[in-house]
Amino acid sequence: MKIGVLALQGDFAEHRAVLDTLGVEAREVRLPSQLEGLDGLIIPGGESTTIGKLATTYGLIEPLRRFGASQAIWGTCAGAIFLSCDAQRRQPLLGLMDITVERNAFGRQVESFEADLSIAGIEDPRRPFHAIFIRAPLILHTGPDVTVMASLSGSDGASEPRVVAARQGRMLATSFHPELTGDPRLHRYFMAMADG
Amino acid sequence: MEKERGTFAVKKGLAQMLKGGVIMDVVTPEHARIAEEAGAVAVMALERVPADIRAHGGVARMSDPALIEQIMESVTIPVMAKCRIGHFVEAQILEALGVDYIDESEVLTPADEAHHIDKHPFRIPFVCGCRDLGEALRRIGEGAAMIRTKGEAGTGDVIEAVRHARAVLGEIRKLQNTPDEELMTYSKQIGAPFELVRETKELGRLPVVNFAAGGLATPADAALMMQLGVDGVFVGSGIFKSGDPARRAKAIVEATTHFDNPEILAEVSKGLGEPMIGIGVSDLPQAERLAVRGW
Repeated sequence: MKIGVLALQGDFAEHRAVLDTLGVEAREVRLPSQLEGLDGLIIPGGESTTIGKLATTYGLIEPLRRFGASQAIWGTCAGAIFLSCDAQRRQPLLGLMDITVERNAFGRQVESFEADLSIAGIEDPRRPFHAIFIRAPLILHTGPDVTVMASLSGSDGASEPRVVAARQGRMLATSFHPELTGDPRLHRYFMAMADG
Repeated sequence: MEKERGTFAVKKGLAQMLKGGVIMDVVTPEHARIAEEAGAVAVMALERVPADIRAHGGVARMSDPALIEQIMESVTIPVMAKCRIGHFVEAQILEALGVDYIDESEVLTPADEAHHIDKHPFRIPFVCGCRDLGEALRRIGEGAAMIRTKGEAGTGDVIEAVRHARAVLGEIRKLQNTPDEELMTYSKQIGAPFELVRETKELGRLPVVNFAAGGLATPADAALMMQLGVDGVFVGSGIFKSGDPARRAKAIVEATTHFDNPEILAEVSKGLGEPMIGIGVSDLPQAERLAVRGW
């Protein structure tokens, strides 16, 4: 199996490092031709405006949409925003997932945080998944074909659970950074999606 | 569910999200919007870019909080701001404003001739400049969550940024071949915390993100620093002191992404108009050099 990591900007090296530990062949993708032969693609954390602009300038938007029609794509944080169909402001989006996201939903960096999540569908789901949220987005609305995998709830006063991980077919969106915490369960989950 | 804010992982994590990107100095909300539109990953909010601080002379201090707030309101990307070396109250004020990163910067006039800020207690992360590995690890020991080369700000001359990047990255390469029993004496020699020296040897890189800064003015300069092995670049005076800032800013962003693709670098370098005029660092009297500030 060969997995691409979109390497326009952001923490693509951190994703590659996890893929290396799992023994998965990885390739950095900066140009459309580099999508050929990949079984899946990870869009890393970074600045979604920067990634969107570079993807537009280098002709990646349509090739990424075509790739997503048949192969698996996982977006973390900025990558989840880029996968969405609505980010509540004007910026380039792939529109591959029927989700609306709110950027910087928790506020500025001072509100960035770590927390334990319970994620449905991954191996050993009862073991908490330690997650890092950095100027993170929230998934505000999910379409009928979208499955919610994890939400924030509990002590922080919000009335409704707030969605931070979701799947639609072979698309996966997480608003946190599994590439920063050394827990490979979501990477393995995505490998299975790409393999299926 | 417990939320932990202000942890070192969260502070360091924001810098990891900036990797492969360009952080641009801006002095007005209009500049900030141009930078965001060009694809900057963050902006540094300032009253004057370093070239103007040099020309202006006098004491350079933290910028007006009102200006920093206006810039924070004008863009969605992270906003950084500078405080003077050792001036922990300026840092407290920047934290109260809610900026995303604080640069304890030699570009401003130092407030303490012997000590930097203890950066651990702050919930906002800090970036600090360095000239070599010892200085980088001292700043990380004090709590810096991101490192940049000092270079020589406001000159448009990349030579000092190259010198500092080669020093840090070269010393790490040598450290990887240093036997463990020599690490304590090496730590003593370079004035760095032993545990961080050992961690750097194990990682084969600094334990935090490492950007280039100080004198970068062209797309080729940005790609040069990336090929030397830094994680991303700061461009200060080089953009808004040039003839066509919007175009140059976009070209530097693209050159940072495609740093190892000479065909793309050639394309983005075409017709950018006048670069900043600049000052050769070798013409600069010792007293006017900013990089020597820091202890």
